[in-house]
Amino acid sequence: MHLALFIIFGLLCLGGALNLLLQQHPINSALSLIVVMSSLAVLYLLLGAEFLALAQIIVYSGAIMVLFVFVIMLLNAGLEEKTRGSRAAYLAGIPGMLALFGVLAGTFFTLRSSFGSARLGAYLATTHDLAQVLFRNLLLPFEVTSILILVAILGAVVLARKEH
Amino acid sequence: MSVPIAWYLILSAALFSIGVCAFLIKRNIISIFMSIELMLNAVNLAFVAFANRWHQVNGQIFVFFVMVVAAAEAAVGLAIIIAVFRSRNTLNVDQIDLMKL
Repeated sequence: MHLALFIIFGLLCLGGALNLLLQQHPINSALSLIVVMSSLAVLYLLLGAEFLALAQIIVYSGAIMVLFVFVIMLLNAGLEEKTRGSRAAYLAGIPGMLALFGVLAGTFFTLRSSFGSARLGAYLATTHDLAQVLFRNLLLPFEVTSILILVAILGAVVLARKEH
Repeated sequence: MSVPIAWYLILSAALFSIGVCAFLIKRNIISIFMSIELMLNAVNLAFVAFANRWHQVNGQIFVFFVMVVAAAEAAVGLAIIIAVFRSRNTLNVDQIDLMKL
């Protein structure tokens, strides 16, 4: 069950990410990113992170991606133009991607026995556990991030406002 | 039936590499911004996998903070994109080169 769900949603993730890479139109990239984020939420659920799975759906696929789609429609973004820079980027990007993936995956694969394995339902971090750590040990960082959000709201309004 | 944690980590590595590649290849500033979000998501998956491995919630708290910072970053970044589009009337990063020598 766990294996089947992992394979289905892992492949959906990979397919969505590759589609993001290959699509020329930003709106198609945005929609495939929503697929990636929603499948990641299922993977979080499999790993026993129920709160994060819901936060992923609400914050990422909900709020952030709606913002992206909204900006794409607002700016009427069309097809990407091919430029001189893009050829150099292809030459550097694809071998770089393969090299990075090779190094990371090779490391994880050689260390695979020390990571162990995840069984469905063996570990579940409840909202209660999260709140214990978040509001007791990490209260100051939590408050600082709320200030960060406030600054970000003000910054976004100031930057996007029309100048008179 | 159990799934090795290493598979989750390899999936996370694959998503991160695709994000890096998209960051380099894409010419549209919004697509570049979306590939940054993809990389953040890949790292989040690694955090959750490690939280499961060590049975500690600290990894999940970290993901929570990454989500908050990503939301703030998306709001400010998209506002900057709108401001750039207003002044330059383009979304192509090759044409936004005022600071290039």
